[in-house]
Amino acid sequence: MIQKKRYMQPDRQGHYGEFGGVYSPEVLMAAHEELTAAYKAARKDRTFKAELADLLKQYVGRETPLYFARQLTEKLGGARIYLKREDLAHTGAHKINNTVGQVLLAKHMGKKRVIAETGAGQHGVATATVAAMMGLKCEVYMGTEDMQRQALNVYRMQLLGATVHGVGTGSCTLKDAISEAMRDWCASVGDTHYVLGSVLGCHPFPMIVRDFQSVIGKEARKQILKAEDRLPDLLIACVGGGSNAIGLFHPFLGDPTVSMMGVEAAGHGVETGQHAARFSGGEVGVLQGTRTYLLQDQNGQINLTHSVSAGLDYAAVGPEHAHLRDIGRARYVSIKDDEAMEAFDLLSRTEGIIPALESSHAVAQVVKQAPKMGKNSLLICNLSGRGDKDVYQVARMRGMGID
Amino acid sequence: MTTRIDQAFKAARNTGRKVLIPYIMAGDPDLATTEALILRLAEAGADIIELGIPFSDPTADGPTILQAATRALTHNTSLTQVIDLVKRVRQQTDVALVLMCYYNPVVQYGDEAFARDAVAAGIDGVIIPDLPPEEAHSLVKAARSHGLATIFLLAPTSDTARIRKVSRAATGFIYYVSLAGITGAALPDMGDISRRVSAIQAETNKPVAVGFGIRTPEQAHRLAQTADGVIVGTALVKVIEQGIQKMADGDGSSADLVADAAAYVASLRAGLDSN
Repeated sequence: MIQKKRYMQPDRQGHYGEFGGVYSPEVLMAAHEELTAAYKAARKDRTFKAELADLLKQYVGRETPLYFARQLTEKLGGARIYLKREDLAHTGAHKINNTVGQVLLAKHMGKKRVIAETGAGQHGVATATVAAMMGLKCEVYMGTEDMQRQALNVYRMQLLGATVHGVGTGSCTLKDAISEAMRDWCASVGDTHYVLGSVLGCHPFPMIVRDFQSVIGKEARKQILKAEDRLPDLLIACVGGGSNAIGLFHPFLGDPTVSMMGVEAAGHGVETGQHAARFSGGEVGVLQGTRTYLLQDQNGQINLTHSVSAGLDYAAVGPEHAHLRDIGRARYVSIKDDEAMEAFDLLSRTEGIIPALESSHAVAQVVKQAPKMGKNSLLICNLSGRGDKDVYQVARMRGMGID
Repeated sequence: MTTRIDQAFKAARNTGRKVLIPYIMAGDPDLATTEALILRLAEAGADIIELGIPFSDPTADGPTILQAATRALTHNTSLTQVIDLVKRVRQQTDVALVLMCYYNPVVQYGDEAFARDAVAAGIDGVIIPDLPPEEAHSLVKAARSHGLATIFLLAPTSDTARIRKVSRAATGFIYYVSLAGITGAALPDMGDISRRVSAIQAETNKPVAVGFGIRTPEQAHRLAQTADGVIVGTALVKVIEQGIQKMADGDGSSADLVADAAAYVASLRAGLDSN
């Protein structure tokens, strides 16, 4: 039997090795401390835990299946491929695992209002959804560029009773939406909780979001042991901020035989400068509350990023991923727009599953990786979201009007 | 060693005045204008001048300063250029100069190299709005060894424990953020600000300057009843923004812009010094 290794991150100040931390404006320091204390209490609170478990089961629809992709496995002719079906969770992506947890926490903290940033719109929809159900006021910040790409999700949020604020500064995408949400929170911290959607920002957010998303890996671990009676050889997930990836990876970190691979967006190619591959094209720096790898120029200004998928189009990566990469525990690779688009088609046609463009990056890496692995090896790919939200965009890109 | 910042507060105290700290964005609209502004604002009564370093993602700033940063970045104003600018301007003035910079440009420059080069150029202190003392060990160490003041911030949400922690880490002065919000928002009740400033002064001997949301000479005057200094940013940047607009309309020059800014700072000076 292989010895399980202990993995204990972050430290008390929220550091993952040299990454993470609390690079916060003074006005929000008290809020981060309050949130840390409230979360610590909630983790020990039986009522909170029971409410969360019930919501995950009855409202989100967990557990999600670990589906053996027989057709894709046969087509690629290598590892046995399993898909963790987060696309089947309520609202169509893994984002709701975190919003159910954080909005419940906000309610326990007595907050009356929640705010959120969103890139692809999935986190905004997931926040608006849970806020509607729990009776909290909800406002979402979204880059105007993303609002165009993801018009359907904008309307979904409005249907759910949320107010969507377009952010037209900077690159008009996710990073600008985060800055605007932080500005709101600076002025509203008394009655408002900021539901951060990924493993980003100041401590304790990367830890809280990871813990709420770890339900993915906990279920997957049980499910693969039941199906195959052994642990997987490789995990693959896409990495924007990195919440679905950390959610899958974290419960396996103590299992040294399980390899992990995070997939960033290479956009038009890392060499073109139009991409969001922080590990292959970035340097360590501090952005929006945390120390991590960033896409920036030599003066420390943040670069514009590009990816066909709004959810991966961000200049920083979650600090725990930076740590996992530096200690060699996980590998990070990147997939180009056109490779992701091919994978989008491939999964739709072989398995009858239309993946989100974000998740298509992970599927594209599976296409590269699975054939190199033996037929008895096991691969789990996190299918973080479904592609319904992307259908208009893909049709438009291919010149097919479906309005 | 008495620094120019200490000297400014000491001189003010000895003459019964309060310290006036205007903020401008370096490189807005260009570095030559910034150089002229530093000299003219010092003549108009500024005791310390805060030079903003533009950053692409200024999370603690409102729209006015965000737009000023965007203008300065259209011609790639950098930390290196601003350090060089201070080197030139230092030949001509003894006014205390502090940089207001988000942390990432400093990280790329390197904490140690930054402190060394800043002090060599004649910069007296640095304010980093996204660097609380908890994360500042490396920068504070470098700053101490070169004699650069590290000015930390306190806010209405800071409790007594934080007031003590921040006061210990701060040198030069303490920057009290008058409101829970971003730069340029509406100023809250004056009495409330004064009570909080007094609470900070009860914990430390270091000077306390108040900033965020101060627009008029009257407001500056009232705050100066308790605070040791007053910081005016957004309102001054707006005056500069209007000057830039006039230049674009063919209705004014860079010299007019500098004169308008100096006149505004002189009015703040008069407000602070009135009885």
